[in-house]
Amino acid sequence: MLTKKVKKKILFLTVIFFLSIFSVFFVVKSLNENILYFSSPTEIKQREDIPFGKAMRVGGMVKKGSISINQKEIQFIITDFENEILISYSGTVPNLFAEEKGVVAEGRLSDKNFFVADRILAKHDENYMPPEIKDIIEKNVK
Amino acid sequence: MLSNIGIGLVVIVLILSFLIIYTACLDLKISNKFIKKSIYNLSLFQTTFTVLSFFTLIIGFINSDFSLINVYENSHTTKPLFYKIAGTWGNHEGSLLLWVNILVIFSFLFLVFSYTHGKKFRLYTLIFQNILILGFLFFLLLNSNPFNAIYPVPIEGLGLNPILQDPALAIHPPLLYVGFVGCSIYFSAAMASLIAGYRGILFAQSIKFWVKVSWCFQTLGIIVGSIWAYYELGWGGFWFWDPVENASLLPWFAITALMHSIIVLEKRKALYSWVIILCLLTFILSVTGTFLVRSGILNSVHTFASDPSRGIYILLFLSIMIFSSLTIFFIKHKKENFNFNLKSRETFILANNWFMAFFLVTVLIGMLYPIFLDVLTSVKISVGPPFFNIIIIPLIVPFLFLMAIGPKFSWIKSQNKFYYTILFFILGSIVINFSITYFFGKYSILSNLIFIAAVFLILHSFLDIKKFIDKKNKFVLPRIISHLGFGLLVFFIGINHQFSLEEDFNLKVGEIKKTKNYEVNFEDIKIKQSKNYKAVIGNFKITNLKNNLVQYLDPEIRIYSNPETLTYEAAIKTKITSDLYLTMSNVSRSDYYNIKFQNKPFMIWIWISALMIALGGFIQLTLKKNEN
Repeated sequence: MLTKKVKKKILFLTVIFFLSIFSVFFVVKSLNENILYFSSPTEIKQREDIPFGKAMRVGGMVKKGSISINQKEIQFIITDFENEILISYSGTVPNLFAEEKGVVAEGRLSDKNFFVADRILAKHDENYMPPEIKDIIEKNVK
Repeated sequence: MLSNIGIGLVVIVLILSFLIIYTACLDLKISNKFIKKSIYNLSLFQTTFTVLSFFTLIIGFINSDFSLINVYENSHTTKPLFYKIAGTWGNHEGSLLLWVNILVIFSFLFLVFSYTHGKKFRLYTLIFQNILILGFLFFLLLNSNPFNAIYPVPIEGLGLNPILQDPALAIHPPLLYVGFVGCSIYFSAAMASLIAGYRGILFAQSIKFWVKVSWCFQTLGIIVGSIWAYYELGWGGFWFWDPVENASLLPWFAITALMHSIIVLEKRKALYSWVIILCLLTFILSVTGTFLVRSGILNSVHTFASDPSRGIYILLFLSIMIFSSLTIFFIKHKKENFNFNLKSRETFILANNWFMAFFLVTVLIGMLYPIFLDVLTSVKISVGPPFFNIIIIPLIVPFLFLMAIGPKFSWIKSQNKFYYTILFFILGSIVINFSITYFFGKYSILSNLIFIAAVFLILHSFLDIKKFIDKKNKFVLPRIISHLGFGLLVFFIGINHQFSLEEDFNLKVGEIKKTKNYEVNFEDIKIKQSKNYKAVIGNFKITNLKNNLVQYLDPEIRIYSNPETLTYEAAIKTKITSDLYLTMSNVSRSDYYNIKFQNKPFMIWIWISALMIALGGFIQLTLKKNEN
């Protein structure tokens, strides 16, 4: 027969076990819902299964002379020197956002040529290039 | 010249480290109670020479001695003196020297102040600490030497990144370093405790003070960094789940858990293994954070230019550290039996530790998952702030409740009946919460729960303060202040989150933008020449449409010449009830200016309550040891 103490211990361990299973499940689930995939304009063009309306990141260089601005939004083109994509953004841009500089836009695809961003990331160091963009450029500029 | 002096000093420190390890090993064989006088002397010399080497580097920066690559790359003659000095630790090499300094100073202080403890334990601590020192010294000399010379000597330096030229950021690194590197001493002490068999209450007493010191400095350092991000980065917030912020949180979770469980070890002689694990973990996580940030694996706001070779060295060092500490732990580990009563304080402290462990794992997963996925499948992803918010925020609710009632329980087994107070306070918090929703506007169920829990903790803390005034037991005061600070922090963050106004738009000079409650009038721009930058200052007239109150905000765009960089200075009007926040930027020289306008309620209170958490710790440091 199990003593009261042992019973208590078993109950306690079962509760802990289920709690941890539950929390792992919860963490993994929300992790899957909240990861942002990074793509280059070329990948967006080529991939068939690219999700529209799901948050993601696009990166590349801001094309020269492509920035246009009005009271509501900023529009510019991100290029990876093969393909390009038009970005629309209403918000403040970081101080290193400039033509011919690396940039990462976070937001949603409306279609394969148009991306609505809700966050623009550029590094706080003029010589820095986000590794994702570095890869793209090394691939295409040669 | 300076280069030779600097390298010479560092090499002397290196030799002294070897000597200390050698003499300490010899002294271990002698079974008496006192450590040899020569070890004290060696350690004192070591401290002196390390501090001297750091001063040498500072002198290099003050005199703008560009024969040092480090000074050339990070300083400039026109920079104000204060930032010349701050530039010493504003770069990777210089900050590594600061890192070594703190390792050495803590090693010496521990040796001097632990005189009541066992000889073997102290000697082993000294040996392990010096092994750490050696590891970082080799890294400094071989890979990141701040004293490397350059020839021919350049006439002018490249300058310090302007974004770092800020008082908050000048003190932020030293604070964090004392916090993070300070953990090294109880990493060494934990290893020593395992090997020398110096367990239980005595071990807890020997490291308690050092845990508190590093906790205080870590907390303060993180807060200062957050304040800096608020006004300097122009993101209009105080926490972004940026990888660097996460890297600083990881050791903080571990050390906060340690702060609590070490009391259990001291009072109840239980949880020894767990305390050891936390001691080891805190420093390992500090080094991991450094590794991730310095190697450039993580994208972040930190400007230390990344260098993969650094990463490899730190990774190697880290692996040795983790491997050897785990090996020693499993060999020397003894099984412990403890039986905690559910209604005892130790159970609640354990609950705190579970929460901390959970937060730690969550943040760690969010940080490392993208890296693993990139390495394994080369799919590039990032984990957004929603992940952290979804996982962590709901758990804050039970956490706050436990934090409020935990300290009410006494050790071993509680007899007190205080269920009525709890019930009464829950009702009180619910009433307060619904009066907030009634007067200011509705929010989600989760937010309701958070407000209720936060108010519950705040009310409990007030009750504790009343008891404190009656009884005058000064040892509970630090805990009350820190817990109250945390409750207020959650409360004000909640209010701030619910009732912030955030508007982004573009304006030309002379245009007016109407938002919900405010009218933003972009009146004019001016240009001002300062010592080391040129500023474009915008004049904004903000009219509150509800009460016709007019305020003026003057954000700046600063154009620094050395190195050529733009920074945006946010204009912030702080009042007791809210902050008005406005940043202005210009995109590719168009007529439009990019405006971020925010009204953030109770911003100043978020800082005050966060500082209260740290203040509790600092008060505890000043209390004398003679408790009980």
